[in-house]
Amino acid sequence: MGSRRLWELVWRHRKAYACGYAAALGAIAAAQTSPWVLRAAVDRIQGGQAGVEALAAGLVALAVVEAAFSYAMRWQILKASFRIEAELRDALFGHLQRLDASFFQRWRTGDLLSRAVSDVRAVQRFAGVGLMRSAHTAVMVASSVAFMLLTSPRLTAVTLAILPAATVLFVVLGRRVRRRFQTVQERLSDLAALSQENFGGIRVVKAFNREAAEVRRFRGVAEALADAQVRLARVQGALWPSVGLVLGSAAVALLWEGGRLVATGQLTLGQLVQFSYYLARLSFPMIAAGWVLNLWEQGRASMARLEEVFRAKPQVQNPPAPVVLPAVRGEVQFRGVWFAYNGRPVLRGVDLQVPAGATVALVGPTGAGKTTLVSLIPRLFDPTRGCVLLDGVDVRRLKLRDLRGAVGFVPQEPFLFTDTLYANVALGVQDQGRVWEAFRVSRLSKDLDQLPGGCEAVVGERGLTLSGGQRQRAALARVLARDVRVVILDDALSSVDAQTEAEILHELRHALHGRTVLLITHRLGALESVDWIVVLDSGQVVEQGTHRNLLRAGGLYAELYERQRLQQELEVDGP
Amino acid sequence: MTGAGFFEEEPVGGYDRGTLGRLLAYLRPYRRQVLAAVGLLLVSSAAELTGPQLYRVAIDRYIAPRAGSPDVWGLSGVAAVYLMVLAVGFAARWTQNVLVQAAGQRAMADLRTQLYSHLQRLPVAFFHRNPTGRLVTRVTHDVDSLNELLTSGLVAVFGDVVTLAGVVAAMLWLDWRLALGVLSVLPLVYGVTERFRVRALQVYRAVRWRLARLAAYLSEQMAGMAVVQLHGAQERARARFREQNEDLLEAHLASVSNMAQFFPAVQVLGTLAVALLLWVGGGRAVQGWVTLGVLVAMVQYAERLFDPVRELAEKFNLLQQAMASSERIFRLLDEPVTLQDPPAPVALERVRGEVEFRDVWFAYDPGEASRDGIGWALRGVSFRLEPGERVAVVGPTGAGKSSLVQLLCRFYDPQRGSVLLDGVDVRAVRQADLRRHVGVVLQDVILFSGTVLDNIRLWDPEIPLERVREAAARAGADPFIEALPQGYLTEVGERGVRLSSGQRQLIALARALLHDPAVLVVLDEATSSVDAETERQVLEALCGSLRGRTVLVVAHRLATVREVDRILVLHRGRVVEEGTHRELMAQDGVYAKLYRLQAGQGRWVQAGRGGRR
Repeated sequence: MGSRRLWELVWRHRKAYACGYAAALGAIAAAQTSPWVLRAAVDRIQGGQAGVEALAAGLVALAVVEAAFSYAMRWQILKASFRIEAELRDALFGHLQRLDASFFQRWRTGDLLSRAVSDVRAVQRFAGVGLMRSAHTAVMVASSVAFMLLTSPRLTAVTLAILPAATVLFVVLGRRVRRRFQTVQERLSDLAALSQENFGGIRVVKAFNREAAEVRRFRGVAEALADAQVRLARVQGALWPSVGLVLGSAAVALLWEGGRLVATGQLTLGQLVQFSYYLARLSFPMIAAGWVLNLWEQGRASMARLEEVFRAKPQVQNPPAPVVLPAVRGEVQFRGVWFAYNGRPVLRGVDLQVPAGATVALVGPTGAGKTTLVSLIPRLFDPTRGCVLLDGVDVRRLKLRDLRGAVGFVPQEPFLFTDTLYANVALGVQDQGRVWEAFRVSRLSKDLDQLPGGCEAVVGERGLTLSGGQRQRAALARVLARDVRVVILDDALSSVDAQTEAEILHELRHALHGRTVLLITHRLGALESVDWIVVLDSGQVVEQGTHRNLLRAGGLYAELYERQRLQQELEVDGP
Repeated sequence: MTGAGFFEEEPVGGYDRGTLGRLLAYLRPYRRQVLAAVGLLLVSSAAELTGPQLYRVAIDRYIAPRAGSPDVWGLSGVAAVYLMVLAVGFAARWTQNVLVQAAGQRAMADLRTQLYSHLQRLPVAFFHRNPTGRLVTRVTHDVDSLNELLTSGLVAVFGDVVTLAGVVAAMLWLDWRLALGVLSVLPLVYGVTERFRVRALQVYRAVRWRLARLAAYLSEQMAGMAVVQLHGAQERARARFREQNEDLLEAHLASVSNMAQFFPAVQVLGTLAVALLLWVGGGRAVQGWVTLGVLVAMVQYAERLFDPVRELAEKFNLLQQAMASSERIFRLLDEPVTLQDPPAPVALERVRGEVEFRDVWFAYDPGEASRDGIGWALRGVSFRLEPGERVAVVGPTGAGKSSLVQLLCRFYDPQRGSVLLDGVDVRAVRQADLRRHVGVVLQDVILFSGTVLDNIRLWDPEIPLERVREAAARAGADPFIEALPQGYLTEVGERGVRLSSGQRQLIALARALLHDPAVLVVLDEATSSVDAETERQVLEALCGSLRGRTVLVVAHRLATVREVDRILVLHRGRVVEEGTHRELMAQDGVYAKLYRLQAGQGRWVQAGRGGRR
C-alpha cells in the first residue's frame, strides 16, 4: 500500500481502529481460555469428579464475553472502513469538480464511475475486513501455536507438519483456478461480443435470412463457454474438498499420535481435547491467509487506479495572483487566437473585438469553430496560442469564480439535471425574484401548467422528459436568472418554435439591455437587427459587417442566407 | 461493472410460481449426471458423519481405558479407517462438484441458445425498444446467475439439508436424551438466523438502491460538470452528493451492525449447546451412563449442526437474487413473436420483381399516432414498381423514406394498407422467402468482427470464395479488398483493419449483390460517404449488373438518382411528386427546391469536414 492518502484516512480513524484491535485482543483472550475450561471438564468427568456444571457455566460466560468483544471489533473497524469509503468517494468527487472540460473529454464516464464505485469499495474491503482479519488472524495463529506447544510440543510438531499443506494447496490450486477463470471470462466476453453484434445488426441478420446460422454460431460459442466452465469446475471443485482432506488428515494424526500419548499416560484426555481446539483454530487462518492477501492486492490495485484520477491536474486553473475586476463592463476581445483539438487546428488566428453592451452574431457552416471560439471566454478551454481578454484583462489572469460569475453561457445542447425544474433554473442563484423573472423571459412560465407539479416537476435524464425547445429554454432561464455581464447564446433557441423564439427575442432585448451578447445561430432571419455579424469559416473570420452589407457583398453569408430561405419554404410547403 | 448494471431495477415478482419448475426442466436431459451427483452427495455426507463415530470408538476402546497395555494397533486401525473415509469423502465431493457443474453448464448453454434463437425471431421493433446492452446482460450475466441458482444454490441447499438430517439422526442414535438437549438450542438458532436473514434482505435492498442512486447522480454530475462549473454550483452539487453518500453509508452501517450481531450470536448458541452437553452428559458420564467417547462425539456433532443452518440462511438471500434473474429471462422468453409467418404461406419460387404499396399508413408508435395524422411516418402511400424498373425515392429528412424499406422487408407491418411483391401481400409470404428475393443495402453499414469474406457471405460456408469475389468485383470492392494485408481473409472491426466508411459500404453492397435478389433496395447513405469517383463506379456497377432486377434507390443525395427511370418525391409521409429529373425540375416544386438546396451544399459540407470532430 504505497498510498499516503489511504493511510492518512486510516490514521484519521485511529481511535476506532485502536478500540477495534483492543476488542480483538479481548475476543481472542476469551476464545483461547475456553479450551482450558473444556480440558478441566473432560479431566473431571474422566476422573469421576463432580462440579462440571460450574465449568459449563463458565464456558457459556466466556462465549458471551467473546461475542461482546468480537461484536465491538467488527463494529469499530468495519464502521471506520465504511466511513473511509465515504470520505474517499467524497474527496474524489471534490477533485472531479475541480477538473476541466478536457479531462472529461479524455476520460469515459463509465470508467470514472467504476472507479468511484467499485474501486472505492475494494479499498473499503481492504481497510475493513482486510485490516481486521490480518491482525486478528496473526494473533490467533501465534497464540494457538504457543498454547499447542505448551500442551505438547510433540503433538504440535506432528500436526503442524500437515497443516501448511492446506496453504500450499490453496496457492497452487488457486493459481490454476485463476487461469481457468480467465479463460471463462474470455469465453464469456466472446459470447457478449457476439450477441452485441447480433442485436445491434439484427436488421442485417434478418435481411439476409441468417437467423438459423447465427443461432448455430452462438451455440458454438455457448458450448465453448460451457466447456471452459467445466474445466474450471474440475480444479475449483477440488479446492474445498482437498482442504477438507488436509484438515481431516491433521485430525487423524492428532487422534493417532495424541491417542497413543493419552493411552500411555503421557497426556490426559482433557489435554487432547484442548489441543484439538487449538488445532481447529488454525484451520480458518490457513484458508483465510490467501483471501486476506487477495484483499490487500485488490485494495492496492484499486487505490492505484484512484490515485490516477487524483493525480490529474486541471489545465484550466486559478492564477496564482489573480487580477480583481471591481465592476465588469463586458468588453470581449480575441487576440490572435489559435486552438487545436487533438492536434487538429480548429481556430486559426482569430482577431475580434466585441465592445461592452454590443450584440454580435457569429455565423458559419457546421464545424467552422463557432462553439469553440465562445467556449474560450468562460475558459472551458484555454487557447493554444493568443489570448482572450475581458475588459482588457487576459481571462487567465482572473479568478475562475469571478470570470464565470460575469459570463453566462447557454450551450447548444442543454443539460438538465435530475431535479425539479425550479432547481435546474436556480442552479447558480438564491434570489427567487430573479428566478421567476427568468421563467417569464424564457417563456417557461407558459408551460408550467402542462407539467405535472409545475416548477416542482422533476425533469432530466430519469425524470420527466421535456421537449427540445423546453430544455433549451430552461438552459436559457438558468443564465438569465444570474446577473451576468456577458451572455453567450450558442444556437440556444434552435429547437424552439418560431413563434416562441420571436417572443423570447423580444423579451431578451429588454432583459439583456446593456449586456454584451454573443449569439450563434443558424436562423439568419433573426439577425436583421443585430449590431454586427461575424462570419466564421474553417476557424477564421472571413467576413463581418451588418446584415445588409453582408447580403450585398454576396459572399458566404449571402449563400447561407439563400439556403435558409429554401429550407424554410420546404418546411412551409407540402400538402 | 457497466453503467447499465447499476440502474437495473428489480422485477416486481408475480413470476415466482412455476419459475423453479421451468428452470428444473432444463436439467431434465442431464438427469443422469444430476442423480449421480445426488448419490455422491449422500456418500460425502455419510463420510462426514463417520468422523465423530471413529473418534468415539478410538476414545472408548483404545484411549480412555487405563488398564493394561495400550492397544496401539487398534488405534492405528481406527486412524487408517479414518484416512480411508476422508479419501472417499474427498473423491465423492470432488466428483459431485464436477458433475453438477457439467450438468448445470450444459443446461445453461441450452437455455442460452434457446433464448438467443427466440430473440432472433422477435421483430426489429423489439430491438428498437430494448437497449442492446440490456439484452446482452440477459444472455450473459443473468444466465450465469441462474447457473449459480442451480449449482451452488439448489444442490448445495440439498446438501445442507441432508447433512443436517444426518447429524440429527446420528446424535439421536448415539444418545437420544443428550441429543434432545442439544437440539433444544436449534429453535434459538433458527430464530436468530431468521431475524438476520430478514434484516439482511432489507439492508441489501437499501444498499443496492442507494448505490444505484448515487451512481446515477455521479454519472449525471460527470456528464454535466461543465454546466455546474460555469454556474458556480459546485458547493450545492457537493452538498447533494454528500447527502446521498451519507445515505449509502448509513445503509452499509446497518448491514455491518446486522452481521456483527449475527455471527457472535450463533457462536454463543453453539457454545451453549456444548455447555448443555457437559452439564447433562458430564453428570451422566460420571455415573457411567454414557461413555466419554460418546460425549466427545456429541460435541463434534453439535459443532457440525450449526454450519448448515447458517449457510442455509446466507444462501436463501442469494437464491432470491437469482430468482430475480430467472424472472427476467423467462419474461424475455415469453415475449410474443408479434411479427409471424402466416400459417399457410404462399410459395414464392420465381419472382418477377413487381413491387406495390397500396394506401399504406404506418407509425412506429401507433398508440401515439392515431390522432389527426400526427406522428405517422407514412400517410397513405401508394405507388407501383414494374419488374426491372429503377426508381428513386427522394425527400427531405423525416419524409418517411426509410420507413418504406422497413415495410418492404417486413421489419415492421403497416397499420393500414398493404405492401405487395408480385401481387402477393408480403404478410402472406414466409419472411425467409421474402428476404431471399428482396435484398437491402442498409443506411447504417453494419460490419461484424470477422474476416472480409465472412462479412460478405455472412458465415455461409456453402458459398465459395469465387462467388464472393465475383460479387465484390461487381460492387467495385474487389480491388481494395485484394490490397488488404490478408485479402479476403483480413479481419475487420475491433481487432483487424479499420476500413473507411466508403469501403464498408462497398462491402455491404457486395453482400447484397452476392445473394442476387430480384428486388434490390439501396439506401442512399449507403453511397453518400463514398468519394465521387467510387460512387460513379458503384452506380455503374449497379446499373450494369442488375439488368432485369427491380431497383429502389432511397436517396438523400439527388446527384445519385439522375440515372434512374423514375423519381418519387416523398414529403411528410406522402408521395407528392413523381416523374423524371427533367420533369420534376420543370414542375419547380419540392424536388426542385431540394435540388437547388443541395447544389449549394457541396461547399458547406466541404467546409464542415475540415472542422472539429
